[in-house]
Amino acid sequence: MRVNFTVNGRPQEADDVWEGESLLYVLRERLGLPGSKNACEQGECGSCTVRLDGEPVCACLVAAGQVEGREVVTVEGLADFAKQRAERGGCATGACGTDGKAGTSLQDAQHWAAKGQDSQTGEGTELSPVQQAFIDAGAVQCGFCTPGLLVAADEMLERNPNPTDADIREALSGNLCRCTGYEKIMDAVRLAAARQGEAV
Amino acid sequence: MPANGAPTKITQGTRTKGGIGESTLRPDGTLKVTGEFAYSSDMWHEDMLWGQILRSTVAHAEIVSIDTSEALAMAGVYAVMTYDDLPTDVRNYGLEIQDTPVLAHGKVRHHGEPVAIVAADHPETARRAAAKIKVDYRELPVITDEASATAPDAILVHEGRDDHHSGHVPHPNIVHRQPILRGDAAAAAERADFVVKGEYTFGMQDQAFLGPESGLAVPDEDGGVHLYIATQWLHSDLKQIAPVLGLPERKVRMTLSGVGGAFGGREDLSMQIHACLLAMRTGKPVKIVYNRFESFFGHVHRHPAKLYYEHGATKDGKLTHVKCRIVLDGGAYASASPAVVGNASSLSIGPYVVDDVDIEAIALYTNNPPCGAMRGFGAVQACFAYEAQMDKLADAVGMDRVAFRQLNAMEQGTIMPTGQPVDSPAPVAELLRRVKAMPLPPERQWESSEGSDVRQLPGGLSNTTHGEGVVRGVGYAVGIKNVGFSEGFDDYSTAKVRMEVIAGQPVATVHTAMAEVGQGGVTVHAQIARTELGVTQVTIHPADTQVGSAGSTSASRQTYVTGGAVKNSCELVREKVLEIGRRKFGSYHPAWATAELLLEGGKVVTDGGEVLADLVDVLEGESVEVEAEWRHRPTEAFDLRTGQGNGHVQYSFAAHRAVVEVDTELGLVKVIELACAQDVGKALNPLSVIGQIQGGTLQGMGVAVMEEIIVDPKTAKVRNPSFTDYLLPTILDTPIIPVDVLELADDHAPYGLRGIGEAPTLSSTPAVLAAIRNATGLELNRTPVRPEHLTGTA
Ligand code: FES
Ligand code: FES
Repeated sequence: MRVNFTVNGRPQEADDVWEGESLLYVLRERLGLPGSKNACEQGECGSCTVRLDGEPVCACLVAAGQVEGREVVTVEGLADFAKQRAERGGCATGACGTDGKAGTSLQDAQHWAAKGQDSQTGEGTELSPVQQAFIDAGAVQCGFCTPGLLVAADEMLERNPNPTDADIREALSGNLCRCTGYEKIMDAVRLAAARQGEAV
Repeated sequence: MPANGAPTKITQGTRTKGGIGESTLRPDGTLKVTGEFAYSSDMWHEDMLWGQILRSTVAHAEIVSIDTSEALAMAGVYAVMTYDDLPTDVRNYGLEIQDTPVLAHGKVRHHGEPVAIVAADHPETARRAAAKIKVDYRELPVITDEASATAPDAILVHEGRDDHHSGHVPHPNIVHRQPILRGDAAAAAERADFVVKGEYTFGMQDQAFLGPESGLAVPDEDGGVHLYIATQWLHSDLKQIAPVLGLPERKVRMTLSGVGGAFGGREDLSMQIHACLLAMRTGKPVKIVYNRFESFFGHVHRHPAKLYYEHGATKDGKLTHVKCRIVLDGGAYASASPAVVGNASSLSIGPYVVDDVDIEAIALYTNNPPCGAMRGFGAVQACFAYEAQMDKLADAVGMDRVAFRQLNAMEQGTIMPTGQPVDSPAPVAELLRRVKAMPLPPERQWESSEGSDVRQLPGGLSNTTHGEGVVRGVGYAVGIKNVGFSEGFDDYSTAKVRMEVIAGQPVATVHTAMAEVGQGGVTVHAQIARTELGVTQVTIHPADTQVGSAGSTSASRQTYVTGGAVKNSCELVREKVLEIGRRKFGSYHPAWATAELLLEGGKVVTDGGEVLADLVDVLEGESVEVEAEWRHRPTEAFDLRTGQGNGHVQYSFAAHRAVVEVDTELGLVKVIELACAQDVGKALNPLSVIGQIQGGTLQGMGVAVMEEIIVDPKTAKVRNPSFTDYLLPTILDTPIIPVDVLELADDHAPYGLRGIGEAPTLSSTPAVLAAIRNATGLELNRTPVRPEHLTGTA
């Protein structure tokens, strides 16, 4: 079958799609977008998390046919997506939370932050705040969990710009990471929230 | 004990930014957060086929027949191969003992063993074709534990063994046995005022790296093959792959692809040979990607173990003796079992002073899933048991558990059970002191003005309690891990370093075959090059087999050994650069001949800080390149009867304090905090060091309260090969993990550093168990602990 949908703002057409193929397979193997990861293909790890019409979903559990005519955002489009959201006043979907629960202060959030000059690859790449925070906080080791976590964390911060630690843990509880022990991921999300709060 | 030991010696490049000791950021960070980093499962090639492996559905059986005709007839199928299609006489592989068939030959020895392989134009076609292969099995009784393995009439898992351990093992179903005898444990036991015994069980843990086993094999025009692969050691893979393909090593080109974690699970081959065979057979690129179900069968696991211990102490709390017996289940193939036995035995009493010991460790051949390397490698199982024993014995003596450990803690100069002196700092008592001194998390932290936050309680969002029946417990543990490959292994690494001027800037390029699996080796290599060569710009060349071996990314060894190789090659490059400088500019300034010269901030300077030349001018029209091997101090084998020998390179120590809250009615555990103190020698990159310690700590917690591969004892079949049924800690299960880093230099190691990756995985598990025992008063002699063990319904 043929599937038409929008990925990261661009119309895409996938041909010869077999009915059993997942959105994840189509993205990775047919559209050249392997950023969304395939750690379990069982809906258990969140490494394949993408936004489908704004909702975070496990792309491995979505049949390709189900996305006909819909909008998908993947990690490859996250920086652009966040930029557009910022241009529209910090809220791309209009669903941003406003219940000002106390978050982490910028100072607290930054105490681990390292100034680096090591990123020789991809220099000049524009990153979303949450992507930059993951690098700065040391939240990336093997990085296989990272794309899914970034999409999920970005979506949470859109809804809830001042998350408590418990909010962060709840929002990211569908995303497994085997390397970091999650502490630096917590740091990264706190940092992104604090920077975002400062920028507004 | 001093709070700080000898200062770490760094004489070169301390003024260059981004050098060692700074928390510089990962060079691959941007690619990893944008989704552009190419993992092995992301590889794609025009015209590529998909490979699929058919695995055995039973654990132990003779193969009566295999019929591939229906699979071969399917549209879209390009090749089906079985044992009979293997191209050469080399049909087995293995890390140390080549006992693992590439494809099953006449017999399968464990559930999920590869039997046939298929290549097709779509992964689903390949899966369906594999399902059409008819294999007729005649089932055999399964060997699943020590009793069934060593029974007089036991079936031999491997007939006709002639490996180098077969001569000294008491039974052919024992892979390797290592006793350690020192002093006179029986006589010492007479002096003991208190003796405690215990029998412990350690469950089978999975590495559960997130990036599945995967790779792409592309046939080369010269009849060779190029393999893009996620592994821990390219050259070890190469040595095992080439003979099976019938190719010289130079015709098997290996390039490291992005590795999504490893933790020991990528030391053995998985789909490497299968992808190459299919690519050579079809003449087309072949990609194989396991799904999670297959991944549970596709790599070895951590050895489950039974551990039998006897400890004694005098009434003033001094250890008199330890007797122990450690039985590791190696499963159907040897993998790293012999080395795991060496570790388990030599580290079996922990970081304590005991002169009289009687130790034995063995690994079995069974029909259970093969077990091999996983972070902590034999030391993990032992630590779980000896730390439980130390608590029991402290209680018997009537001493505080931490004070009892500190009283018996080893120090620099202590003699190991193997007779090897510990010749670098061993701050065991100090680590315990530090971890104990950290402030405790507040009681009843789930209470807030808005009521109970169930997310902070055992049971979490299942909303099973608001604090009723919840009891807090605190536990401590400390462990010892060796660093590097032991027992006389030639554990070297190779680094190629080039220095030249590019676009008006001095640039260093570092090329090694080190597998970056997430640990941050690439970050550290750039830091070392900056420190040693005084440049800002460092390029890390992709890892491949065009440079000499780096050894394995395991045993906490890469920063030590490949870091050491990079440092060494940089020093050789520096000498050559200075020679060029002397030739070009020596006549302009006497200091070229007389002073100690350094490279700093892109310049040649004297140790007094006077600038002699710009590196750009020195290197103009020249480039300097060195490829050199580097070795740490040699080690010796352990004597096969007494276990004596200077077998280890370096030791690494960490201590944990666990704070848990247990819902005693439902048997649910919430780990609130896992504080860690670790000696790292020298933190080359503090941010990465802390990340390693936290990650290792959480893996230790996983096997304390949730992670276990369940193998049916009647059929030896795996019952839970999925992330639905094999539970990994999520961010909600995870405690806060405060880390206290101590830096006591080891003068034998580059920059005084200590390998750090594994030690935190050791003590985490027993600390959590101790805390649960403290909360519940239960004995708990197995890990992981499940609710039924706490409610008495097991
Ligand atoms: S790959 Fe989709 S949830 Fe794991
Ligand atoms: S799984 Fe490796 S960084 Fe998260």
